[in-house]
This record gives sequence, C-alpha cells and structure tokens, in this order.
Amino acid sequence: MLIQKPAMPGVAPQRVPIVELRNIHVAFGGVRAVAGVTLDLYPGEVVGVVGGNGAGKTTLMRTLSGARPPDSGQIFVNGQPVTIGNPRDAKALGIETIYQTLALADNLDAPANVFLGREVTSAATLNDAAMESATRKVIGRLNPNFKNFKTPVLRLSGGQRQAVAIARAIHFNARALIMDEPTAALGPAETAQVHALIRQLKSEGIGIFLVSHDIHDVFDLSERISVMYHGKLVGTVNKNDVTTDEVLGMIILGKPPTKLTQQELAELHG
Amino acid sequence: MGATVPGEASAEGAPARSFLTTISSALAPVTGVVRSLEIDTRMLGMIGALIVIWVSFNIVSGGTFLTARNLWNLSVQSASIAIMATGMVLVIVSRNIDLSVGSMLGFLGYTMAMFQAVWIPQSLGLGFEQPFTWVLTLVIGIALGAAIGGLQGFIVAYGGVPSFIVTLGGLLVWRGLIFRYAQGQTIAPLDTTFQMLGGGTVGTRVGALGEWPSWTLGVVMCVAIVYVMISSRRRRRRYAFPVRAIWAELLVGAVTCGAVLGIVLVANSYPLPVNVAIQYAEEHGIAIPPGGLFIPTGVAFPVVIMLIVTLVVTFLATRRRFGRYVYAIGGNPDAAALAGINVRRTIMLTFALMGSLAAVSAAVQTARLNAAVTNLGVQNELDVISAAVIGGTSFSGGIGTVPGAILGAVVMQSLRSGMVLLLVDSPTQDIVVGIVLVAAVGLDAVVRRRVN
Repeated sequence: MLIQKPAMPGVAPQRVPIVELRNIHVAFGGVRAVAGVTLDLYPGEVVGVVGGNGAGKTTLMRTLSGARPPDSGQIFVNGQPVTIGNPRDAKALGIETIYQTLALADNLDAPANVFLGREVTSAATLNDAAMESATRKVIGRLNPNFKNFKTPVLRLSGGQRQAVAIARAIHFNARALIMDEPTAALGPAETAQVHALIRQLKSEGIGIFLVSHDIHDVFDLSERISVMYHGKLVGTVNKNDVTTDEVLGMIILGKPPTKLTQQELAELHG
Repeated sequence: MGATVPGEASAEGAPARSFLTTISSALAPVTGVVRSLEIDTRMLGMIGALIVIWVSFNIVSGGTFLTARNLWNLSVQSASIAIMATGMVLVIVSRNIDLSVGSMLGFLGYTMAMFQAVWIPQSLGLGFEQPFTWVLTLVIGIALGAAIGGLQGFIVAYGGVPSFIVTLGGLLVWRGLIFRYAQGQTIAPLDTTFQMLGGGTVGTRVGALGEWPSWTLGVVMCVAIVYVMISSRRRRRRYAFPVRAIWAELLVGAVTCGAVLGIVLVANSYPLPVNVAIQYAEEHGIAIPPGGLFIPTGVAFPVVIMLIVTLVVTFLATRRRFGRYVYAIGGNPDAAALAGINVRRTIMLTFALMGSLAAVSAAVQTARLNAAVTNLGVQNELDVISAAVIGGTSFSGGIGTVPGAILGAVVMQSLRSGMVLLLVDSPTQDIVVGIVLVAAVGLDAVVRRRVN
C-alpha cells in the first residue's frame, strides 16, 4: 500500500503521533492557500513536506507554529486536541520552528535572540550572563567554532545565523520541530552539519517536519514524504516505497504515483 | 608608524580613498585601545564632538563659555529636552515617531498649572501652598501624560494607523485644546514648592541641591557605578566568560566617576545670586565676609530629575524584558511577533512612557517659567527628535541608547547656548542646528558603511 491513511487515534494504540493536523483550511481573501490537509508526525521521525512554490507547505506549517491560526480544522498534540492561537501557544506545547527567514532580530546578539520572548530573569531583571552561558552551551553543540556571542547577529555569517536560529528551537526541549528550508542559504559544509544535527535530533526522539524544495535532502533525511499541490495534499508516501521521479510527479503534476502514466514518468525523467 | 606610509604613497593616485585608509591605519593603535575598553565608538565620537564644541566656543567667546555659570545654565536648559529624548529613543527604536511631544507638553503643563493654581486651591477648596500640592500635581500630570500618550499608542498599535499620522494629529489636537480652554490666558503664579522643580529661586529657596547634598549625590552615583561594574564583572567571572582587562575597567570607572564628580564640582562653583545669598545669610545668621558671600548653588533640580529619569529609562531599556522587546521589534518586527512577543502592547507602552516623560518635562518648564502659557513646548518635538537622532538613534529602528540621547540633547543645547553667547541671531541658530543634525546623521551613515 503506497498511500497511507492518516493515523487515527485508536487505530495505532501503541504509537500516538506527537502532532496531528486534521483537515486544515487556510484562506487569504479568496485564495485557498491550504484546503483540507491532514498530516501527522511521530516521535523520532522526519516527515518531508514538499511541493512547488505556492503549494501551501509554509502556510500549513505556520498554522502549527502559531504564526497564522487555521480558519478551520483541528490540531492534536499527543492525541489531545489543542488550540494554537499564537507562537507562544505552540512553544508551550513543545513545537518549535526554524523559519526560512530565520526570524532573527538582527540588532541583538546571539543570546538575546536565542532567549527572545523567553528571557531568563533574576530579581525581575534580565540575567544576560545566564542566557549567554546557556547559549554558549547549545551553540557549542552545533558549531564549536562559534565565538561571537556579544555581536549583533547582523554581522554573523549565514551558517552562524542559522546556528542561532536552530539553537533557539532546540534549547527549550522541543518535542516537534518545524524546519522550513533549513539548508537553502548554506554552503556544503554547513549543510552537512545541519544534516548531522537532524539525524541526532531524530535519535533523541524529536519529530521533525522538514519543509524543503530539495528532493535529495528530503530523500536523504525523511522516513515519510508528504506532497502538497495547490493547497491540497497529494499524498504521504514512505520513502522506501517510491522513487524520486514518482515524488517529482506528485510535486509537478499533483498526481499520486499510482495515477501517473508511464509516459508522464518518462517525461519527468527527461 | 610604518603602516601610514603606503597610505601616504598612494595619496596622489586616489586621494579620497587613501585619505580614509591613512586615517584608519593611523588610528589602528587607538581602535585597539577602544576595543579593549569595550565602549561604544559612537558614544566616544559624541563625547569628542562635545569637547570640540565646548573648547571652540570658549576660545571664540573669550572664555565665557566654560564658566560655572554658563555650564550650570546649560545643564538646566538641556534637562527638559533630555528628559523627553530618553523616551523618544524607545519610540524611534521601535520604528515609530512621536511628533506630539511638544503639544502634549503644553497641554500637560497647562493642566498641571490649572491643578495647582485653580482646581486644588479653589475648586476643591483646599487652599494655596499646601505641602502636598506639588506632589499631587506631578503625580496627576504624569498619570494624565501616560494616559494620553497611551491613547495615541493604542491607536498606533491596535488601530494600525502609522505613528507619524497619529502623533501629527496629536500635535494639532493637544495644542488646539490648550487654546480652546485657555482662551489666551496665562496661568500663574504656581505653587512655590512646585516652582523648585524648575531650578529657579523663590525668596531664599533655591531649586537646587546645595553644596553637601550635591557632593552626596555625586558620591552615591560613583558608588553605584563602581558597584554595577564590579557585580557585572563578577557575574561574567562566575560563568568564566572573558572580562575586560583590569586597566580598562579601572580607566572606564575613573573617567565615569570623574565626570560625575566634575559635574558636581562645576555646579558647586556656581554661587547663588548676590541678593539671594545676602538674604539667606541674614535668615541663617551667617556673617558676610569682606570678600563677599559665596554660597554654592549645587546641582539644579531639573538636572536631578533628568538623572533619575535617565536611570529609570536606561534600566527599562537594558535590564527589563520591556526594553529587550522594544529593541527586538525595532530590529525585526516579524521575528519579535514569531518569538511570541506582544508587539502591540509593547508599542503602546512606549507611547505611554513618552507621554509621562512629556509630563515631567512640562513640570520642569512650567515651574521654571512660574506660569503656563499657551505656546509652552512649541517645536519641542523637533528638539527632542534631533537630540535622539544626534545621539545615535537610527530611524531604521533597533538602534539607539538613552545616554546617547542625553548627550545629543547636551550637544544641541551647547550649540544654541554658545551661539547666544556669541550674539548669533535665532534664525542663524536654526540654520546651524539644522545643518549639524543632517551632518551628524550623514557622518554616522558613512562611518557605519565603512565598518560593515
């Protein structure tokens, strides 16, 4: 069976998804950006979320990160229905996001960015030393060469900025991680670092939604791949059951592999 | 300096570029020192500019600029703009603007004058010159300022109307309200205790700390500075972070404390006016010595208020979440929202703070005039914004410091005061201040482009 049915609570009693998005709808004015999408994510797995530009994958992820609450649909965390009305709600549920833009305050230093919105205080004042200490630890894990803890992140390299954004997501014991194009702006060495990190996080039991346009990255890292096309879910497939061409077919033509003709496949392979 | 030679050699070929190269290589040892001092270079540049302005005016005016009398007056004149500039920094850092501060100041000053001269003594029948009058007036004024500033902030943050428009409207509305209700009347005289807030004298009462309280203030501030430096060094040590070299630490501490005590010394070198001093001596049974009586005035109350405001706003800006959020919003509003920061509430609060600071300045200005007049605070918004901008606050948001804005206010007031000493007419003063404003920001932009 190629196309999975979304796991319903009760159907797989031994494993409860960390996150389940059910029948999510988002519209911008008259444009239906996400129309009835259902996805789930289990502990310790990476689910690749792929699709062309405007397929709705970032919008879908933003409903989970609290940046744009859905117009309708339900979100379950550990089997419990939840309401995520803003980013704070998502973080409280252990859902962290690394945005494609990184969402850093460029004028602040790394510790201030890592703890933005969750500052450590003592006697009602910011405890910068404690935040810097924690930041040194978590970034040291990601990039041992990182030294600029007191400079505005504006002056850091792309890889270092990425490290700050990742540190912010993993420092607070995330259970689910959304990574939106995490390697799009990185060089080969830094990309390899991020890949290693994703594998490590996976082994720690964190579930990851990996949003990417790079089909090879996704095949490399994911267990399952969900393909979106014009706001709808084409399907979710197990990586081992499909070829890259078949996934490309889903992305470009919006058809599940069973409905692809040999001719279409041949054209995709070009 | 071998490093300067290549710069000089190429000077004929590409004059402009090599000039800068020469300067930067010649300054290399200096920048090394600055780096180990860990001080904002822009702040140093401003202090340098201020010294140049002071020394130049002193030379040109034949030694009348750097006198205790002139510097004391300069400090009082800078205070009311500096008080508001601290709040304007936060407003501009969060990518907004408040054009209404001058009108708010006028409106609040007028209201506070009505309170102490009409409503408390007459309408409430409590009588004039009550000991609580000044506090009550000030508290009500600050609360009202926070309310009307907060109202503007609410419209900006929750209504989505650009702050330029909201506060431009505010500029017209608050000024219009004064004219509407004052009907051209001046409200005077004010409560005599309240008048002390302006730094003037009433009989033998002086709106300044006097000699020993001034020294006490200076010493307390020095102790506080040293305490903060030591505790932050200790905290960094505890986490085994790199700390400043000990000589740098000592130098920064010595210079800062020296500046504080220097200010006190200057304020204490300014004697009370002769008639006030004589009257004071008579009341206190002090014999008048043959050389004349020298009673030190001490640090003026407006300056004391400015220092308190600076401490409070600096604390809010750098040690509290509120300040961190203001800077984060200025750096990247989307990132701030995605981090779960309540952006709207934070923005509204910056405007409320601005309003309450306008009330404090209104108290200082009305107290100094001993009256509320309808054009009180006209064009103050321009001075306040200029002070913040000269002090390094960036209109693109996220950058600016409270001490910088204070220095900016002092730089502006120094220019004006110096030109007054040189009998430069008011239109020319405006032209000079305008040019300096643009030049300061332009120079800053050039330097920053080179640094990045």
